[in-house]
Amino acid sequence: MTPQLVVFLILAAIAVAGAVSVILQREPIHSAISLITVMIALAGLFLLLESEFIAAVQIIVYAGAIMVLFVFVIMLLNAGAEERTNMSRMARYVGVPLAIFLLIELAYQIGAATSSMTAQPVADGATRGLSMLLFQDFVFPFELTSILILIAILGALVLAQRSEGAPPQRAKQ
Amino acid sequence: MNVPFTQSILVISLIKVVVLLFLVLTSVAYLVWFERKVAAHLQGRWGPYRVGPHGLLQPLADGAKFLLKEDTTPAGADRLLYFTAPAITLTLAISAIAMIPFGPTTVHIFGVATPLVIANINVGLLAIFAMTSIGVYGVALAGWSSNSKYSLLGGLRSSAQMISYELSLTLSVVGILLLAGTFNLSELILRQDGFTWGYLPQWNLLNPILPQILGFFCYFIAAIAETNRAPFDLAEAESEIVAGYHTEYSSFKFAMFFMGEYASMITVACLASILFLGGWLSPFPPTPGMDWTRYIPSAVLAASGVALIIDGLRHRSFARVVLPLLGLLLGALSFLCSQPGVIDYVQGPFWFLAKVLFVLFVYVWVRWTLPRFRYDQLMRFGWKFLFPVALLNVVLTSLALVMHR
Repeated sequence: MTPQLVVFLILAAIAVAGAVSVILQREPIHSAISLITVMIALAGLFLLLESEFIAAVQIIVYAGAIMVLFVFVIMLLNAGAEERTNMSRMARYVGVPLAIFLLIELAYQIGAATSSMTAQPVADGATRGLSMLLFQDFVFPFELTSILILIAILGALVLAQRSEGAPPQRAKQ
Repeated sequence: MNVPFTQSILVISLIKVVVLLFLVLTSVAYLVWFERKVAAHLQGRWGPYRVGPHGLLQPLADGAKFLLKEDTTPAGADRLLYFTAPAITLTLAISAIAMIPFGPTTVHIFGVATPLVIANINVGLLAIFAMTSIGVYGVALAGWSSNSKYSLLGGLRSSAQMISYELSLTLSVVGILLLAGTFNLSELILRQDGFTWGYLPQWNLLNPILPQILGFFCYFIAAIAETNRAPFDLAEAESEIVAGYHTEYSSFKFAMFFMGEYASMITVACLASILFLGGWLSPFPPTPGMDWTRYIPSAVLAASGVALIIDGLRHRSFARVVLPLLGLLLGALSFLCSQPGVIDYVQGPFWFLAKVLFVLFVYVWVRWTLPRFRYDQLMRFGWKFLFPVALLNVVLTSLALVMHR
């Protein structure tokens, strides 16, 4: 076993364990922390592929910004432990078999695809190559995505404003 | 990160880590002393002066006190998070320093030449920002896990503040990245070499294409906010929420938060000196003939040695012996630093540390001068003033770069 493989296996195990823990934890804040662990393990995997830039951005954007917002909201709402319910009949007879089927299918497809696929290392630290791709070759889809996100933000603002600005139930004689 | 995975690299890095860890923890302890002394003199007091001459042994006394105090855990606390939160803060604050280059020269350990930095990685700047950006979890989780409303309020405030000011912090250095075209901290310093008109150093603060004065302004303010220091210390605002996120912490767990705060102060000060003040580069251009500026480190050491001896002779008993001895030690160091073999090695670290110390002094100065922001003022200032100014700096720098070409 090469050292790279050992590091890969450790990181992969942490990522999978974290992902499972996101679902199993009952306290929302524990789930959030498990998700942060997954993000950091993923950053480690990127580092293993010699793409330092993506690894750093993965931590800064996902672990450092988005998950901070998650934690902020959980703390703001002071969300307590979730209640465990028994699965509904629908989930038991349709959901569980479908989930198992999806898992098998994914495992089969990934196993079939990776035997013929190897990761290509990007030259000069990936920063330059990535920016060339983003801002030259794929600049239109990139800008389109930004506009989509902007529209989503505006939509969220409009929804928040509506419920606050004019309370619908002001039943006064 | 294309280093061969050999044992010698591991061993040498480990030696460097141990040395740097010792240096950082010592400087954290004495930074606290420095802050208390400066604060006291700004307010016309004496500051610590009982433990050792000029209170120089105060950090040792503080450390002993932290270790011996009772360590309490509040009832209903989330024990796992309560224990890990201080560890997260301290670990991240200290490990960010691993990316800081301290000088241009190499040192020899077991015959292997190695640079004065632990991890010289291509995305060093981003890696430091990654460390500081997840550092907020230490504060936020401490606030959550303590099961106390004051702690929770402190954690909430801190996470909101971090999200708001991180944007300005990252944007403020974009101008420099545009000018230099690299994330590597050592290369970022080397790009600032040279002198405009023969005497003005081409540091990024005085960059000939566009001086990064706006960038420095934004970086400096955002960095104070990121380290949760006054006037941005709303996370612990003692006049409103007792002690904020560390209200319930005591003993060594509190000390870990305390050390984490000062370690991250050192990190942002190092980064300020690397990004804007030319890092290890000397502010003086090389003079023809005998290069007298190379003897400045020696001269400073000798002057402080003489000052210590004179001061020591005015004390009684213990200090009368210790201070002159320290002064003599500094004199010997000064002589050593003027020797031909050593003089090249001390230039880089000397100027680097001088700049870092200057930035740290300004930090302390600001803390004891300005009153704390109100929460709405903090948010308005961050989003409506600092963020647009940082953005303006990016636009201006890009324009200047295009015009320059």
